[in-house]
Amino acid sequence: MYNQPLTERIGFRRHSVIPGFGLSFGVTIAWLTLIILIPLAALVLHSASIGFSGYASLLADERTQNALGVSFGCALIAAIVNVLFGLPVAWVLVRYRFPGKRIVDAIVDLPFALPTAVAGISLAALYAKNGWVGQIFNWFGVKVAFTPAGIIVALIFIGLPFVVRTVQPVIEEIDKEVEEAAATLGANRFQTIARVIVPSLLPAILTGFALAFARAAGEYGSVIFIAGNIPYVSEIAPLLIIIRLEEFNYAGATAIATVMLAVSFLMLFVINLIQAWTRRYTNAA
Amino acid sequence: MPHESPRGLQMEHTPRKWRSATSEPLWAKASLLIAALAYLSLIIILPLVSVMVEAFRNGAGEYLAALKEPDALAAIRLTLLVAAIAVPLNLVFGLAASWAIAKFEFKGKAFLITLIDLPFSVSPVISGLVYVLLFGAQSALGPWLKNHGIEILFAVPGIVLATIFVTFPFVARELIPLMQEQGTAEEEAAITLGANGWQTFTRVTLPNIKWGLLYGVLLCNARAMGEFGAVSVVSGHIRGLTTTMPLHVEILYNEYNLAAAFAVASLLALLALLTLVVRTVLEIWFSHGIAGNNKH
Repeated sequence: MYNQPLTERIGFRRHSVIPGFGLSFGVTIAWLTLIILIPLAALVLHSASIGFSGYASLLADERTQNALGVSFGCALIAAIVNVLFGLPVAWVLVRYRFPGKRIVDAIVDLPFALPTAVAGISLAALYAKNGWVGQIFNWFGVKVAFTPAGIIVALIFIGLPFVVRTVQPVIEEIDKEVEEAAATLGANRFQTIARVIVPSLLPAILTGFALAFARAAGEYGSVIFIAGNIPYVSEIAPLLIIIRLEEFNYAGATAIATVMLAVSFLMLFVINLIQAWTRRYTNAA
Repeated sequence: MPHESPRGLQMEHTPRKWRSATSEPLWAKASLLIAALAYLSLIIILPLVSVMVEAFRNGAGEYLAALKEPDALAAIRLTLLVAAIAVPLNLVFGLAASWAIAKFEFKGKAFLITLIDLPFSVSPVISGLVYVLLFGAQSALGPWLKNHGIEILFAVPGIVLATIFVTFPFVARELIPLMQEQGTAEEEAAITLGANGWQTFTRVTLPNIKWGLLYGVLLCNARAMGEFGAVSVVSGHIRGLTTTMPLHVEILYNEYNLAAAFAVASLLALLALLTLVVRTVLEIWFSHGIAGNNKH
């Protein structure tokens, strides 16, 4: 606490000798209000004007239900796959030494940096019937592109860094002494991993899962090229929002958006709960 | 668990077989490593290679022709224009937000950070939708804007606004943890020694955060140039006028002009690669200069 002697609490902020709070706080709040809060308020107002019975009838629409089901279902499967494979990737990146490790580590961030439309057309080409990967699936009679399986492939690509980057720093911080203690007490390596390491990673795994799920549920660009966009089958909720807008059906678009926003705020809330729980848990220990 | 002890004894007699108790057996290490690398190659490297191969499928001549085509050039110009407006605005905002959040203590700070992070958890399509609901012909503002001849939707201002929304948290997200970690001692020393606020910021704070700031700006720029969903909702897809590079890729793809679509896409892929290369280089040179926060 460097600033303890120089500060004392006045009003809603602690006094400090550093200038510029008014200016920087003002700019922050003004820009936040203009760009984020007012437009989101427009959505909330619009959704309030629909009313409860309006929502009931809009969400009773079978196509809407199917689109929401496809988005959330595929996002769930993709997030599970990302946890199962992201965990070993994070482990290898922290614990093992191998040539080119830094490049491998950097490449994990590619889905963050690569525009979604680029990922979309590339995955569609790869997993099409005559594509490099699609051919292999085709031998077994499995179609990936232009089916829900294609959506899952795109969402796995999008979600991978969320799990790896959330779990990686926590693995780095694991105290080797805990593992040594487990080994000294007679646990073999797999018991140590299953009963000591994985439980301590659980909050990070859940956070990574929630982040990957939330991102995947709202994903649009990388999905629409590979999904085939068949109504009731492989049509995702964000695409249906755009279709409703093109029909000038603003209420229909708003209803879908509200459901999606509610779920992503729920995920944010869950992530914050996990983090608060972790803090309490680690402070108590 | 007593079954460990006989092996422990055995290890003492044959020291060559000794291994650390806190690492996996070699076979497990090797298979885990191979599995992880194979997975990353399949999920990440293959799509990247595929973009480049498809872009040059019909040779370098056609690749260049696709990029020199007037609509492609217009899309590139529009993308550069949008980024040139959105990125500096979010840079100023990011500096202000991280200064307020990292250098001062006030109530509701956690809530403010959550609000700044909001665009990360909103679907890009919804980011576009909110502006349609705000400025569209059906909205309260719509008729007024029309009477005054102000075009926001299906024009460049809408694209810029949607891009700012989507890239809003990038710079702040990169700087807040970095500046929080550095504390306020150096700024307080500068003030005590008689520097004014601007001198403190430019001579003390800025040199401390410049590499984190550079990376935040690069990420913000990569996302601004590559944004698809939000821009797609507000753009109206008027070819040569309101199509950015990602939208131009979509149009070409839907016209089955695959080589041209991949040619434009390859430029965006190069931008993403460049961003990652700069990040890695910065990390190697200044391992303390960039915060490890990767919540994009």
